[in-house]
Amino acid sequence: MKITAANVEHVARLARLELSDEEKNLFAGQMDAILAYVEKLKELDTDGVLPTSHAVPMENAFREDVTEPPIGTEKALANSPDRADAFYRVPQIIE
Amino acid sequence: MKFQPVIGLEVHVQLKTNSKIFCGCSTAFGSSPNSQTCPVCLGLPGALPVLNKQVVEFAIKAGLSTNCSITPRSIFARKNYFYPDLPKGYQISQFEEPICQHGWLDIQVEGQDQKRIGITRIHMEEDAGKLVHGEIAGLEKGSGVDLNRACTPLLEVVSDPDLRTSDEAVAYLKQLHQIVTWLGISDGNMEEGSFRCDANVSVMPVGAAQFGTRAEIKNVNSFKFVKQAIEYEIQRQIDLIEDGGTVVQETRLFDPNSGTTRSMRGKEEAHDYRYFPDPDLVPLVIDPAWVERSRSELPELPEKKKQRFMESYSLPAYDADVLTATRALAEYYEECLALQTNPKAASNWIMGEVIRGLNDSGLPIEECPVTPRLLTDLLRLIEEGTISGKIAKKVFDEVWKSGKDPKTIVEEQGLVQVSDSSAIEAIIDDLLAREAGQVAEFRSGKDKLLGFFVGQVMKASKGKANPAVVNDLLLKKLKG
Ligand SMILES: [Zn+2]
Repeated sequence: MKITAANVEHVARLARLELSDEEKNLFAGQMDAILAYVEKLKELDTDGVLPTSHAVPMENAFREDVTEPPIGTEKALANSPDRADAFYRVPQIIE
Repeated sequence: MKFQPVIGLEVHVQLKTNSKIFCGCSTAFGSSPNSQTCPVCLGLPGALPVLNKQVVEFAIKAGLSTNCSITPRSIFARKNYFYPDLPKGYQISQFEEPICQHGWLDIQVEGQDQKRIGITRIHMEEDAGKLVHGEIAGLEKGSGVDLNRACTPLLEVVSDPDLRTSDEAVAYLKQLHQIVTWLGISDGNMEEGSFRCDANVSVMPVGAAQFGTRAEIKNVNSFKFVKQAIEYEIQRQIDLIEDGGTVVQETRLFDPNSGTTRSMRGKEEAHDYRYFPDPDLVPLVIDPAWVERSRSELPELPEKKKQRFMESYSLPAYDADVLTATRALAEYYEECLALQTNPKAASNWIMGEVIRGLNDSGLPIEECPVTPRLLTDLLRLIEEGTISGKIAKKVFDEVWKSGKDPKTIVEEQGLVQVSDSSAIEAIIDDLLAREAGQVAEFRSGKDKLLGFFVGQVMKASKGKANPAVVNDLLLKKLKG
């Protein structure tokens, strides 16, 4: 697959990144090279091998349904750039 | 052109756990904003989510109760999008390999044949936070974010696009709602958002091979609104197509005030979620033994119980339906039966006086002042002929108010039924002497007057005369 500037633009928009045309072209070339390199894996025979979702062979890590003390509103809001009362404040969202 | 609507439903069921799905914060509703939070549900860097085992138990129970197969190995995925109520920038959900798949429910719309509705999948996920607008000091400009709800456990139940009418959609939803509340895995409170529905609606020409383009109607939060929203949306799409327009795939919001749906632009381009396995959460493996243990812990489900009530106690379908509306009501009825009462009489009283009393008082059945013990004691007094059915209603109200046992009330208030014929005869003689004109009319063939005489005797006895004895004696005297 050839990565185009349009592909880069789409991914950038999803990630809320604003790129110049120059950057789009630059990244298209770089991403294309990375993907071409990964393509090499296709040379391996992976018949009968399940897709790996995790690198560590581990399963079923649970916690019991027990409540633990929360950190509290003040700590929760401590690093927020903006607040109103006990809420985080964000630019107006129109529903 | 005739159009065929096609409807699929996505239901979000909030699970009744103590703590959130990936952290130990409380799930209690109504706490002050952002007070029930920790690094995990705030999405702080480096925090590690760990799966609440109770969520898995609940999901398996939901799956088994909706005829799903339980996936032996399922994984969690990150669903990526930006919205201010989603602190991490992704929601932990399941994409490939959800925990339950390929189920179904049989629904019944009145006057129609039973219909099987497929369930594509049930998956576990975390809820987002809540956005607040206006009304709060400092929020005149901007919106507020409360993350108490973030990371609350949800099951998303996705139906196949098998529904064709708004009535079918409501029947399906009611049944699903009954099951999750019956299992005790959700409180099902629609006002508080514990049971939320999104509806995918499209229309196609009758006989077409391919579905039309669908619109997704978000967060319709009552059975009534679901019906309204779907009906409005079907008509909107038909009108649009007939006017030469085309339906666009979009998210629409239902407005309960106007009964209409409107486009929710803005959330649109986010539809590319770029799911990938969440490396923080290890795969979930459920072996057959676990599934079987879960199955053995399931309560008798409403449909089964209903059938059993009909077969074992010869109840009409209507009664069985009412009595299995909730698990608590069914258990109340079964407690009555355990006390050796007449099944149909108990059913009549529960459907009548008990439910009326609960509706009037707003009490749940668990807090009904007339316990199964008291109700069956009352029924016994009727059966034995100690009191009439009419007096029994009075006694029932007294039991409800005072909590005293029916026998005591009957004794204290002198409500014992009069079956002694000499006492009743005296009342009758007195009446017939006073109403000579009516007696003559009756004897000349106006049979309908019997009701009048019975009524008068009952009134004179303050309702205590045994109606059967009254009837017998009256007929004897009037005809004689
Ligand atoms: Zn938390």
